[in-house]
Amino acid sequence: MPSLKDLRNRIASVKATQKITKAMQMVAAAKLRRAQEAAEAARPYAERMGEVLANLAAEYQGRDDAPKLMAGTGKDDVHLLVVATAERGLCGGFNSNIAKLAKERARSLISQGKTVKILCVGKKGFDAIKRDFGKYVVKTVELQGVKSVGFAHADNIGRDVLTMFENGEFDVCTLFYSEFRSVISQIPTAQQIIPAHFDGAEKGEKADASAIYEYEPDEGDILEDLLPRNISVQVFRALLENAASEQGARMSAMDSATRNAGEMIDKLTISYNRQRQAQITKELIEIISGAEAL
Amino acid sequence: MAELFKFELVSPERLLLSDEVLEVVVPGTSGEFGVLKNHSPFMSTIKPGILKVRKSSGWTEYFVRGGFADAGPGGLTVLAERAIPVAEIKRSDLDQQIKNAEEDVADAQGDDAKQKAEMHLSQLKDVAAALNAA
Repeated sequence: MPSLKDLRNRIASVKATQKITKAMQMVAAAKLRRAQEAAEAARPYAERMGEVLANLAAEYQGRDDAPKLMAGTGKDDVHLLVVATAERGLCGGFNSNIAKLAKERARSLISQGKTVKILCVGKKGFDAIKRDFGKYVVKTVELQGVKSVGFAHADNIGRDVLTMFENGEFDVCTLFYSEFRSVISQIPTAQQIIPAHFDGAEKGEKADASAIYEYEPDEGDILEDLLPRNISVQVFRALLENAASEQGARMSAMDSATRNAGEMIDKLTISYNRQRQAQITKELIEIISGAEAL
Repeated sequence: MAELFKFELVSPERLLLSDEVLEVVVPGTSGEFGVLKNHSPFMSTIKPGILKVRKSSGWTEYFVRGGFADAGPGGLTVLAERAIPVAEIKRSDLDQQIKNAEEDVADAQGDDAKQKAEMHLSQLKDVAAALNAA
């Protein structure tokens, strides 16, 4: 049975923890709003890019001269997994969920006899992956100290991926990140970026406008110019979604931590009061029985 | 009198401009072109340069780099990797930045750092060249 002093100390320390988690929750809430705004601001660009590429890609569907970034290298032996996670922990299952998804994919690819290469963005993902798949990690990018992800960061990663692709270091590239649905729901997602997939392109539906579109330079050149850019745009979008998801996950994690701390304080306070009462009663009995003995 | 049409200038980070405008001059890869209302469906990549927008209140200029312009029945959309209003670029600041960047290139240790510094410098020079040409 802990002494009264011990209980008092524990209550004080849980209260201090509660203050910290409460503060973290509020900070995360403020950052979440900003991250969400950034994600929304980036949406028009990514959407327009997607539409235009889908239009162009529809024309190239099934043709032999389609660019490699779209058609692939014709093999799928070497897979590059780009795993984007956060730089910090204390955000619930956010980092481990992404890492788990990536690890599952890596495991199934390896069991199929494929070669796996991993590019980690963010320290936490690397920490989670290096234990099982450390030897597959070819590169890590840390965004520590970066307050808000800019397009330049994504562009650097995109360029790295492209250089590797051009050097023939992999055939298929998949991007792992967490899609932001709401504060309480973030969905770890795997998205294949090379060879590129476009909605609508598979269905062979050609937008009517594209039939009379004039291109300058011609379609092939535009497509070849846009596909590499699209990689960076996709990475950028993933990073922004991740930033919003991270703050959302941290907010709900810290909210439940604060609530837990509150419950713990209540329980400790009850046992503290009970024990104090027991001690007072015990002392009274001692005094009374002492007085009676006289 | 030219008629108004919808124009959007979008960069990955934000929507810079979405407005009804009279005329837009775009620095296309194979030459500058102007867009008025009811332009035929047209798509072109853009080169680093100055994009000019005419509203009833007068011309505004933006520096754009990397991306494409898409004219259609719905109006004109320009997607640029970088887009900065020219009014926000100051000549003296730019010269200073170029000088700093040149020093960075000279000081850079290792291939990665050097590559980065050179990229930064070439971007700045693009801006300067575009401003000079305007």
